[in-house]
Amino acid sequence: MEEPPTGGTDEVTRADRGVADDAGVAAQAAPATPVTPTAHSGHVGGDDGTVIATHALTKRYRGGQLAVDGLELSVPAGSVFGFLGPNGSGKTTTIRMLMGLIEPTSGTARVLGRPMPKAARAVLPHVGALIEGPALYGFLSGRDNLLRYDAADPTADPRTRRTRVAAALDRVGLAAASGKKAKAYSLGMKQRLGLAAALLQPRRLLVLDEPTNGLDPQGMREIRSLIRELASDGTTVFLSSHLLDEIEQVCTHAAVMAQGRLITQGAVAELAAGTRGRLIVTTPDTVDAARVLKEQGAGDVVITEDRVTAEPPERDLADVNVALVTAGVRVRGFGVERASLEDAFVALTGEGFDVAG
Amino acid sequence: MSRAEVIQQGGGQIGGGIARARKPSPLWTFGLFRSELLTTFRRWRTLALLAVLAAVPILVGIAVKIETGDGSGGGGGPQGGGPAFISQITNNGLFLVFTALAATLPFFLPMAIGVIAGDAIAGEANSGTLRYLLVAPAGRTRLLLTKYATTMTFCLVATLVVAVSALTVGALLFPLGDLTTISGTRISFAEGLGRALLIALVVAASLIGVAALGLFVSTLTNSGIAAMATTVGLLITVQILDQIPQLHALQPYFFSHYWLSFADLMREPVYWDDLIKNLGIQGLYAAVFGSAAWARFTAKDITA
Repeated sequence: MEEPPTGGTDEVTRADRGVADDAGVAAQAAPATPVTPTAHSGHVGGDDGTVIATHALTKRYRGGQLAVDGLELSVPAGSVFGFLGPNGSGKTTTIRMLMGLIEPTSGTARVLGRPMPKAARAVLPHVGALIEGPALYGFLSGRDNLLRYDAADPTADPRTRRTRVAAALDRVGLAAASGKKAKAYSLGMKQRLGLAAALLQPRRLLVLDEPTNGLDPQGMREIRSLIRELASDGTTVFLSSHLLDEIEQVCTHAAVMAQGRLITQGAVAELAAGTRGRLIVTTPDTVDAARVLKEQGAGDVVITEDRVTAEPPERDLADVNVALVTAGVRVRGFGVERASLEDAFVALTGEGFDVAG
Repeated sequence: MSRAEVIQQGGGQIGGGIARARKPSPLWTFGLFRSELLTTFRRWRTLALLAVLAAVPILVGIAVKIETGDGSGGGGGPQGGGPAFISQITNNGLFLVFTALAATLPFFLPMAIGVIAGDAIAGEANSGTLRYLLVAPAGRTRLLLTKYATTMTFCLVATLVVAVSALTVGALLFPLGDLTTISGTRISFAEGLGRALLIALVVAASLIGVAALGLFVSTLTNSGIAAMATTVGLLITVQILDQIPQLHALQPYFFSHYWLSFADLMREPVYWDDLIKNLGIQGLYAAVFGSAAWARFTAKDITA
């Protein structure tokens, strides 16, 4: 894990996160996002630089299919940004446009403050990417695969290539298997090698499409802790995943796409909070409890066996509890069930997560 | 630990940081080319193609040896429309080089080039490695140029493999010495060797057109196999059309039409007309299909 000293040959500069709220960058933050701009204040660091900003980004494929429709994405610097959506919702098309692989039909995309795909040569050396799973040369060893990818990077110093490759392999736990041909790798090992390729250089942005795909639970934990570690170094991580709890565990921010449109984006805590939890009262006197809750201003009151659930009223819930007890309702349990990201997702899309768009 | 140490604080702003960071090394393109060469020549497929090419002179040499073993001297004369070299092999092993090149140029060599060129972009797209090369970022124009340079290198290596294999077999099975040119004059063995090398270079250059064509086809599809099959199919089609007398007016524009002109290097003095026409046609194909490949590849949506 020791990064060898590069003796000044590796002229890596990096915007200090503390000064990233430079006016020129702040101006590029997409102004009109569907959900709250306070999203930017939620994360560690407190700068409001934007690492990815798209404006009316649209991709229509030749068949006429609208894959991405007027996307206004804004990824704050230093965030771990979860990119969510059902299969076919346009996530991968968006990522490919951000990486300059696909030309947008209309609209603009800026990555690290520069337009894509025009500034790809300047931007991409600072971006590590894992797009739609790893792709490897099966007849080359894991190490030789990384050497090849590194040779394709114009800014990579050939003198430090071998040490950087060794460090990247070590970082994803592949050091022992680095001499094996890549075709003999398991899916999880290929995934790790793909991640290693994204970590060949210090990056300012990591774009990871389903990084834990094919990994066992232990591998998933390792990758999650790796992501947290990278994020704490100041790297912005843009992470697409279909695992909602994964997003909830590692992401500070999230965006949700469905059918090519951005439905919402913001801090994860706020997204979940946006869908309010439900008030749950456990009591044998359900009918009385329901009446009292309605009097107290609770909406959507539902009685199920010994439980009454409702949209919590605006007032202090302690007062609601007093009112219940005063009315002679025997309360066994009283509390608010916090909404999960999945609840938020279902509320936003009106459908389950695995529905294809 | 690790990364933070390399990261130097600097570049006051996000946009400004980029402009100053990590200057590409001027020798970087060479590094990419080297990596491309290593990758190509470490494939079993490439080595198998070279092995087949090396086997052709061995088979021809053994066949001629057996054919003439009964002392009848001189083989069956010119074969398959090729130059009249084969009958001279028994007198001088060096002629096996010319015979082998004449035998492989119409099909084996261009087929091998078609496989390598057709696979160049499409094969990478097929395996998904193309997207990672492009986000590295290799740059589309540079990657295409590197691929073309690698294919050309393969042309040269393939031709030299045939020539060296033929020279070795010829030296083992037949006598070496002064030789007679097509024009009937005698030249020394050393000069004969020089001509053989020159011929190998001209044969390699004759493949420039096929290589450009194959590379263009390779940018059209995401299937390496489809690109290889299309290129080899085009090669066969053009070879057949070149034999149809009614297409006489078109034939000078076929990339294979002047291929066998390399035999003119064995005349004294050398007859340059067709040789120059051949190189001109190859240049034309390289320009036309190279530009087409560039236009296609730099504007292509990489969805594989």
